[in-house]
Amino acid sequence: MQLHTIWFVVIAFFWVGFFVLEGFDFGVGALHALIGRSETERRVAVNTIGPWWDGNEVWLVVAGAAMFAAFPGWYATLFSSLYLALVLVLLALFGRGVSFEYRGKRESRRWRGGWTWALTIGSALVPLLIGVALGDLLHGLPINQNHDFTGDFFDLLTGYGLMTGVALLTLSLLHGATFLGLRTTGEIRDRARGAARRIGLLAIVVELAWVVWTLVVIGGGTVPQPTQILAVIAVIFAQRLAGTDNDGWAFVASGVAIAATVGEIFIALYPNVMVSSTDHAFNLTVNNAAAGHYSLVVMTVAAVLFLPVVLLYQGWSFHVFRQRVAAPPPSRN
Amino acid sequence: MANDLARWQFATTSIYHFFFVPVTIGLAFLVAILQTAWYRTDNPDYRRMTRFFGTLLLINVAIGVVTGLVQEFEFGMNWATYSRFVGGVFGAPLAMEGLAAFFLESTFLGLWLFGWDRLSKRVHLGCIWAVAIGSMLSAMFILIANSWMQHPVGYKLNHAGQAVLTNVWALFVNPTFVWGYAHVILASLVTGCLVMLAVSAWYLRRRVHVEAFYRTAKVALCVLIPAIAIQISVGNQLGEIENTYQPMKIAAAEAQWNSCKPCSFSAAQIGGGNNDKTPTQIIAIPHLLSVLATGTWGGGVTGLNQLQAQYEAKYGPGNYVPDVFIQYWSMRVMAYLGALVLVFALWGGWLLQTGRLVSARLFLWLSVWLVITPFLMNTAGWLLTESGRQPWIVQGLQKTVNANSASVSATDVWISLSAFVIAYIVLGAADLTLMLRYSRRGLAEAYAESTEPAKVADTHVPALTY
Repeated sequence: MQLHTIWFVVIAFFWVGFFVLEGFDFGVGALHALIGRSETERRVAVNTIGPWWDGNEVWLVVAGAAMFAAFPGWYATLFSSLYLALVLVLLALFGRGVSFEYRGKRESRRWRGGWTWALTIGSALVPLLIGVALGDLLHGLPINQNHDFTGDFFDLLTGYGLMTGVALLTLSLLHGATFLGLRTTGEIRDRARGAARRIGLLAIVVELAWVVWTLVVIGGGTVPQPTQILAVIAVIFAQRLAGTDNDGWAFVASGVAIAATVGEIFIALYPNVMVSSTDHAFNLTVNNAAAGHYSLVVMTVAAVLFLPVVLLYQGWSFHVFRQRVAAPPPSRN
Repeated sequence: MANDLARWQFATTSIYHFFFVPVTIGLAFLVAILQTAWYRTDNPDYRRMTRFFGTLLLINVAIGVVTGLVQEFEFGMNWATYSRFVGGVFGAPLAMEGLAAFFLESTFLGLWLFGWDRLSKRVHLGCIWAVAIGSMLSAMFILIANSWMQHPVGYKLNHAGQAVLTNVWALFVNPTFVWGYAHVILASLVTGCLVMLAVSAWYLRRRVHVEAFYRTAKVALCVLIPAIAIQISVGNQLGEIENTYQPMKIAAAEAQWNSCKPCSFSAAQIGGGNNDKTPTQIIAIPHLLSVLATGTWGGGVTGLNQLQAQYEAKYGPGNYVPDVFIQYWSMRVMAYLGALVLVFALWGGWLLQTGRLVSARLFLWLSVWLVITPFLMNTAGWLLTESGRQPWIVQGLQKTVNANSASVSATDVWISLSAFVIAYIVLGAADLTLMLRYSRRGLAEAYAESTEPAKVADTHVPALTY
């Protein structure tokens, strides 16, 4: 396998990792005010992702930076094409990123209410918008021979892009709900599991629609890809398991569903990295968008050195905080 | 127009981002020291102060993280032509920053924040040090990337005219990087110390929690004195390096239009700028510029006019002189405030030595207000570095005017710039509210925590952190 293909796989891995990890904290963020009725319950919901959301978000940063390093052409065209959409993504990330730390730091109802909204909207908007972007990669955007985007903001809202955005938002909500079921106790856990069952039904429909539409976009016939079959089965399992006491397996299933969905986009994309809807001759590919060979060697050495260590300590962090989060007893003062 | 707006946006967002970065790097290091002191001595005051300043650190990190995302995205969003041109070199340190630094910093920050009751004292201490090291590593990688824009090394241009990495080691030993990195780390320590000192002085003046805040004032001063003293000579050294590789930058910082030998240093002038080549000198100190720029008594400095002629001969017609007004004053703001902080730090050290710090009302009052200076110095330093690189985005290789995204219009940038400015004002206001509130709130909570009776293990439910 050539080095630029390996880097395509590594970047796909970062995007999959990002959605599997940050997917649940997007879901928790978007659902925290619905599943948590009282202030304490909302805080419990937010605290389930407390130790990890920041580390999860680094997967996005690394996915972007790895694109920049390994495929400068891809990074440049993608980020400049999505300009206004990314401004929205950044605003959404501001709102939710700051709300974790700031929300609980003042007693004021208005203060908390404001950050609750920021967390809810921000957490829903990011997977939706990034989903649209990933769908657009595959569907194609108007790109000219210089690899510059020639459309405007509304050209980004392709039907398939929106479908992919809705699919990833729904899967993130499901993933967040199964996560809350796994991480909480009592009433809030029951509510999370109920939400997971209901969202799961929606997710099954959305995922099936997405699979069919993807087949149309790829144009490779009517035979579903293995990752697509896996994604659909996993969503069904997540929905079924969410009703039982197998919180852990429900969470694994929703994670597999989201991983298979994002993975499928990249599998279908290869060897292109970005499709031009103007002319397929203008497609960005792993060949014409890649950095020099030496640069890729350097990056490979860095990844081999650091990535296993990162996976180890992130894994350890998940292990340390494996206990369920419960509301503390009312304080005596 | 789109290009100018993109420059405004990048300048605005990066200056804003860099209000928070040095506080994070500096405070993370100081909090790690406080926690180490607690680990070693078991003195509960150190635990309280670790938690107290740890909270201020976290309020800061939140904004540092989200504003950092903007920086990461903006290269591709606004500067696609630049990104295609440099990605093969510039992207590698950015990706390494994510892999080696951001993961470390964010994962261990989570472990530290939520791990007070879960981790052993020793492991928990290790977590805050991992955060401190992670934040310093991230500064290292981004400075490697930035230094390449100031002084490109270890690359060649391929057939498509793009920069291709040929020697990664050259990036790590780039003299602009080595001295620039030392300069940024020391600036961060100075910033962290001045923040810690200001908060401590505020309490000492009010005679509240005197013992605890005396300890932090002492830690802050003990780090500040060497940091600022070394910083001044590192800054001077960096100036000499820049004079070698980017002579325009330094000539503009001295508003030196014509070559001189020996050269006197203009301490202050009235007027001056790209259209005023004969400003009124207020004070000029003979030989000082020769000493600063070349390290010799009678060394010569090439003037802007002569450099302009050289550049035109080398790169073709064009204006190669950066904004002289910005260069001249940002250099002086940085240098004069640096000197002021040094004098102030030595005064504090002397008060500490003679045991009069707690009763030195004037010094304590000034300490509170001095917290503004690091932010002015940091901003001035980056203005000097980045504005002084103009008209180049990569020195000698690509001009800023040719580097923006072809597909992003002026309207797009107007929208994004307004959105970021509004969002940054809201975030800044929230940050400032919390910083002031938590700085002044005292140690009540920290006391309550450490006096609470130990709970029985199986009924133990940790308090909600967020």
